[in-house]
Amino acid sequence: MSRDRDAMGRPLVAVTGLGVVTSLGKGVTDNWAALTAGRSGIHAITRFPTEGLRTRIAGTVDFIAADPMVAPLLSERFAEAAAAEAIGQAGLSGDFPGALFMAVPPVEIEWPQRQALAEAAASNGDVTYADLLRAAASRRFDDWHDLFIFGTVADRIADRFGTRGSPISLSTACSSGATAIQLGVEAIRRGEVEAALCIGTDGSVNPESLIRFSLLSALSTQNDPPEAASKPFAKNRDGFVMGEGAAALVLENAASARARGTRILGYVLGCGEKGDGFHRTRSSPDGAPIIAAIRAALDDAGLHPDQIDTVNAHGTGTPENDKMEAMGCLAVLGERMRAVPISSNKSMIGHTLTAAGAVEAAFSLLTLAHGRVPPTLNYAVPDPAIPLDVVTTARDVPVRTVLSNSFGFGGQNTCLVFGAEPA
Amino acid sequence: MNRQVETRNVVVTGLGLVSCAGEGVAAHLAATRSGEAPRSDSETFAPYPVHPVAPLTLDGQIPKKSDQRQMEPWQRLGVYAAGLALEAAGAKADAALKAGMHLVVAAGGGERDYTVDGQILTGLRNAADPGAYLNERLQNDLRPTLFLAQLSNLLAGNIAIVHGVTGASRTFMGEESSGVDALRIAQARIAAGQIDIVLVGGSYNAERADVLLIHEMGGHLSKPRYRPIFERAEAPGFILGSGAAFLVLEAEDHARARSARALARLDAVASDRTKRASGSVAASLANLWSRTGLGTPDAVISAATGCGGITGEERDALATLAPQAPVRALGDITGHTLEAAAPFGVALATALVAAGEAREVAVTTVGHRRGEGVLRLTTAGEGR
Repeated sequence: MSRDRDAMGRPLVAVTGLGVVTSLGKGVTDNWAALTAGRSGIHAITRFPTEGLRTRIAGTVDFIAADPMVAPLLSERFAEAAAAEAIGQAGLSGDFPGALFMAVPPVEIEWPQRQALAEAAASNGDVTYADLLRAAASRRFDDWHDLFIFGTVADRIADRFGTRGSPISLSTACSSGATAIQLGVEAIRRGEVEAALCIGTDGSVNPESLIRFSLLSALSTQNDPPEAASKPFAKNRDGFVMGEGAAALVLENAASARARGTRILGYVLGCGEKGDGFHRTRSSPDGAPIIAAIRAALDDAGLHPDQIDTVNAHGTGTPENDKMEAMGCLAVLGERMRAVPISSNKSMIGHTLTAAGAVEAAFSLLTLAHGRVPPTLNYAVPDPAIPLDVVTTARDVPVRTVLSNSFGFGGQNTCLVFGAEPA
Repeated sequence: MNRQVETRNVVVTGLGLVSCAGEGVAAHLAATRSGEAPRSDSETFAPYPVHPVAPLTLDGQIPKKSDQRQMEPWQRLGVYAAGLALEAAGAKADAALKAGMHLVVAAGGGERDYTVDGQILTGLRNAADPGAYLNERLQNDLRPTLFLAQLSNLLAGNIAIVHGVTGASRTFMGEESSGVDALRIAQARIAAGQIDIVLVGGSYNAERADVLLIHEMGGHLSKPRYRPIFERAEAPGFILGSGAAFLVLEAEDHARARSARALARLDAVASDRTKRASGSVAASLANLWSRTGLGTPDAVISAATGCGGITGEERDALATLAPQAPVRALGDITGHTLEAAAPFGVALATALVAAGEAREVAVTTVGHRRGEGVLRLTTAGEGR
């Protein structure tokens, strides 16, 4: 076996560039400093009026703007910043030498645009979609077509960075970022591409998105103080806090990365996934799909459960997720799991939804690079039902491997295993 | 570039189709042969015609009323067609096979509550505090479960729940391109030995005001009534069609081992994205055509939209690439189904091959804003 192939003879997949934007800041350096210092990016929402809302906090990214301020354009801005950083770190200039796999939030026309259409229709009676259609036929709003169709964000990122071929825009709900990475890994292993730009981005903290999650009772309502709301694994956890951001990873065939002499930050050793047909929002009570996804990731990496050094948890802070995730980790890693450091970045940045799997992959690779597990904030009241070693202040430990979990509505379970060295 | 480690033949073993042409393969083959105008409705959303889906007996594929209630039409269409495809592939009753079966869905998003939207917009006109008003109304008027009927990946989620297809799912978004790329990735994963069997497809509900709105912005809709795709010079654009197309793809050996009939072989899927300029679509199609290894196909199924410029360019390109082959436009059979267009094209091509009416079929897609695709299907079991 060559050192550029894994145990199954497939091309090893190296990570050569990382880029991150979250509410903690722009760039890997600022994010890692804030994350390991235990600083929260969650704050009161100022982007729109929150009067009357049960949840009035989020980890919005307020230092990057878009005009108009709509989810797809904001998501594009975040992605652009993250991708530029990742490609810069990988030392690539000119057109990106590979494919684009991009997790983007589902988009649709937003309320300010609906209101503008309704105003332009200038009808006196009750507003209906016939009025909006009449306004659209005036041709004054044609620019909004591209803004609100699903493929535009990735199309513009492909343009900006010169990626090859047809870009993939994808969603697997809250595991989307991990799926983007998995698609990149698979394409490199198939020999289709030498490199892949894998991005997860989400800038969809707006009234309707927030209220939709709120109506599903998914969000924490402990608004004050905002930084104490996200409480993964704690007994008093009461839901997640929405977050925003993006992460980009440059994946390369390890052989080509080495050949061009670039620094390898780590490896994607394995990817695992498993569907769950139990319920639209809830996991199978026996945890079988989560267990299968973790096992599949380990098998794909060629690792024994004992070889996982730390877990970067999905850890949303909802009662259901954290219980099921703990159950799954304990089932696969066994008794040893009680002493494996586990941490949830969402305690500080909130749940970045479509971006989460990619953002947490980037943080997993930084954990490997620094030998430091970032803390989980607000773990003041341990849950006896979750007998895990939740890291509460940054912990320096040798880390050779990280398991990163991502789970989403619709029965989506995707797990990734990262390593400092080939397995 | 490295070559693929392994290359396996990929075959189609099941088709599930619903559209304005009816339900099932026979209805779609009949519509393909007939050349008659597809069923359309120019009244309900006038001045915008649509191609409404044929009435379905949902219970046949979605037995639980509670499941039907929790879905909006785009999901019901997709889940229904997915069930037909599983049945046709002889997989419907094989719980173990479905539990390991992967799923790639091409989809947009789901329906909104039009009444609620209208009421809120009406109220916002005179609201003293518009922000607070919007918050209050959304909190009170949005059905909590509507979100789950809108999320792009919840078509896949519902297929998992209703049919037990739980290998793992991925949902691709991005209009026409997402359908081609869903097929491309599914085919490549099987060919390379990464998976053995996958359910792939898409669905589209055209009978909804919010999608007409998004496409009227940009002026992409043809009106006021149906005209054949290649005769829309005076009213360029597409006419949206409601429907869903799903296919079971699997490795040829895998199909043989479970005695499933290979209807056709999906030899190659090529896609690209080129900056649109005069001639770029023709050049892209020619490039993709050669990448798929197409020879002299007996038929071409085109997903041409009817949009100005690109449709004529595609017609002229096909006249050069396949002068011998009749070109059949999906828009004249099912209407334009965006994400589902490529799955429909491959399904019809498969049906032609399986019926012995063609040995090699080309499918072309040119997205209304971006993305081109060429797919090649041939008779299964023959040398390549």
